[in-house]
Amino acid sequence: MEGLRFTIRDAPPATALRTRLRDFLAEAGRDWTPEIRARSWMGFSREFSRAVGREGWIGMGWSRDYGGHERSAMERLAVLEEMLAAGAPVGAHWIGDRQSAPLILRLGTEEQRRTLLPGIARGELAFCIGLSEPDSGSDLASLRTRAERIPGGWLLNGRKLWTTFGHLCDYMIALVRTSPAPEKGARHQGLSQVLVDLRASGITIRPIRDLVGEEGFNEITFDDVRLPEDALIGQEGAGWAQATSELAFERSGPDRILSSYPLLAESVTALRDDAAAAEPLGREVARLWALRRMSLSIAGMLEDGEDPVRQAALVKDLGNSYEQALPGTLRRLADMDALPDEVRRMHAYLTQIAPTFSLRGGTREIMRGIIAKELGLR
Amino acid sequence: MSDDIATLLVDQLARALAEHCDAATLRMVEAQGFPQAAWDAIAPMGLRLALVPEDAGGAGLGLEQAADIFLLLGRHAAPLPLAEDMVAAWLLAAAGIPVPEDGVMSFAAAARPMPWGRHTHHRVHAEGAIILLSRGEADIAGMNLAREPRDTIVPGQTLQEGTLPAAFGDDAARMLTALIRAAQIAGALQAVLALTVDYANTRVQFGRPIGRFQAVQQQLAEFAEESACAAVAARSAARAVDKRGLAGAAFEIGCAKVVAGEAAGKGAAIAHQVFAAIGITEDHSLHHFTRRLWSWREEGGTERFWAQRIGAAAQARGGVALWPDITARDEENTP
Repeated sequence: MEGLRFTIRDAPPATALRTRLRDFLAEAGRDWTPEIRARSWMGFSREFSRAVGREGWIGMGWSRDYGGHERSAMERLAVLEEMLAAGAPVGAHWIGDRQSAPLILRLGTEEQRRTLLPGIARGELAFCIGLSEPDSGSDLASLRTRAERIPGGWLLNGRKLWTTFGHLCDYMIALVRTSPAPEKGARHQGLSQVLVDLRASGITIRPIRDLVGEEGFNEITFDDVRLPEDALIGQEGAGWAQATSELAFERSGPDRILSSYPLLAESVTALRDDAAAAEPLGREVARLWALRRMSLSIAGMLEDGEDPVRQAALVKDLGNSYEQALPGTLRRLADMDALPDEVRRMHAYLTQIAPTFSLRGGTREIMRGIIAKELGLR
Repeated sequence: MSDDIATLLVDQLARALAEHCDAATLRMVEAQGFPQAAWDAIAPMGLRLALVPEDAGGAGLGLEQAADIFLLLGRHAAPLPLAEDMVAAWLLAAAGIPVPEDGVMSFAAAARPMPWGRHTHHRVHAEGAIILLSRGEADIAGMNLAREPRDTIVPGQTLQEGTLPAAFGDDAARMLTALIRAAQIAGALQAVLALTVDYANTRVQFGRPIGRFQAVQQQLAEFAEESACAAVAARSAARAVDKRGLAGAAFEIGCAKVVAGEAAGKGAAIAHQVFAAIGITEDHSLHHFTRRLWSWREEGGTERFWAQRIGAAAQARGGVALWPDITARDEENTP
């Protein structure tokens, strides 16, 4: 169970940074209604992301050589937390900052780092994740999109599905098959990660309307798309291991705890004078504090160069359950008819979108499977 | 230096608990006996002086290090008031009262049942910031549902009296009980989780270990989540006491007690579901842990008690202040 060990870490004092962030967010967010803030990292604004980039709050941990800012993991955590607590529309840079860039930084070529990272850090290049396919969800290794070697590059064919913001992004990092799976077992072999410029010809992007009535995710079809030689990220055939360690970045952040935080803040305000609400609200606050302590622990392990992939799965599942339950908590406590319209709209949005919290980034069942395996259950 | 002492103490204590605190000892204690042999073996390790400051002759450990000891005691369902003894000594030293060298000690808030009271030689009562050391005269024997002694002490002759420094606040006994129990719950959950995983890997039904069934795996994963959360919360709360003093850590202690209390309920329920009928039997050791989980969540303030306080404070400050208030606690260092 060593993989479920947590060390206790404190957030280092960051008063000045948090003050700057709050001033910036108060100014940038003057017109954000509760309904907009409910979108959190599912809000997409190129303009906002460029402004965040100008402040030096994207790519905080990377070397200056690649447009980064050489700040600590804990300072980066403060930035992420403040963005989420404010419900800022961070979607245009979130994926790139969280996982695409760290992947390129670790495994990309020098050329890839120099061409891509500074643009991500400026908030100008938006990335999406190409994992799920029509027949491959949790069973990701069954994916069928393939890239074949051709003279001077690769030929990409297949289809990716549920790609968040695919229609708005510049690049996708896709996990694809570059050689057939061996006859027996080991479907994880022969997979590679490739960089796809979404403007390339042969790509059809079809936005999919979601239950809210918005177009957040997409179906992206690749029809003889020619990728250059240097589209390969990392090592050919090592895509599964690369994607798995990328998931540690994807799953470990405060975005797995704070997605519906703005609703908790609104609930506390709306129920200020309701003595009966004190206890249930207190439980939510207590759990928020504990989840944040776990999140700090993971940031500390990442800062120490550890790879807390199982701890991240554990905190993601706990955090998802927490943020998912908040809309129901408010409903039980408040007379919904008496709430301000804008809070009701925020609540309505989160009620509809909350089911995705335990799907995106790996389902609850997959997270618990990872934990069970670490517990020694087979 | 003090880290080395803490590690050494934890290792020594772990060995002694493994040796002296078996199921037979737990049964004897639950029949209202006292494991004198275990006490005599462990007392010389000097746990009593662990929290006492170095200038008062102690080891000067912090609460975070002590929390590791409380977790260990929980992992063994230790049938001895070792945590209470340690903390009673800390309270005495803080109030400027000499710490007795031998005999069993415990503490309680005034008029609250004293854990292990009938077995104690020195009783520390906290009335607000006033600390009284007494021998007491008569007890009304009581117990929690784990049949651990929880005795009402009829105040006897006060031997010593002192006042706690302001940093302890005026609710020290309740807060320290909450912190100890939260950590013990976290430790007991670790033990129960390990027992339950082991059972799931060995109990065969439908031709395979039940731990191979996803329905069982998913429950145990949830258990592991709650257990990890309780441990992080308890240890973090203890660290907060080291940073800001006891009174300054009321929020963290309350949060830890809420989270640990919720985890105790969920973990015990999942363990019993996986063990099924055998886990309900007197012969099986599971109940020694689960009954303690159910007992400890009641002591030092229930989830309801602390959540009410935390929630009321958040309401008074308003939603806009909630996040800044949580992060501001990072900035406050040792006073």
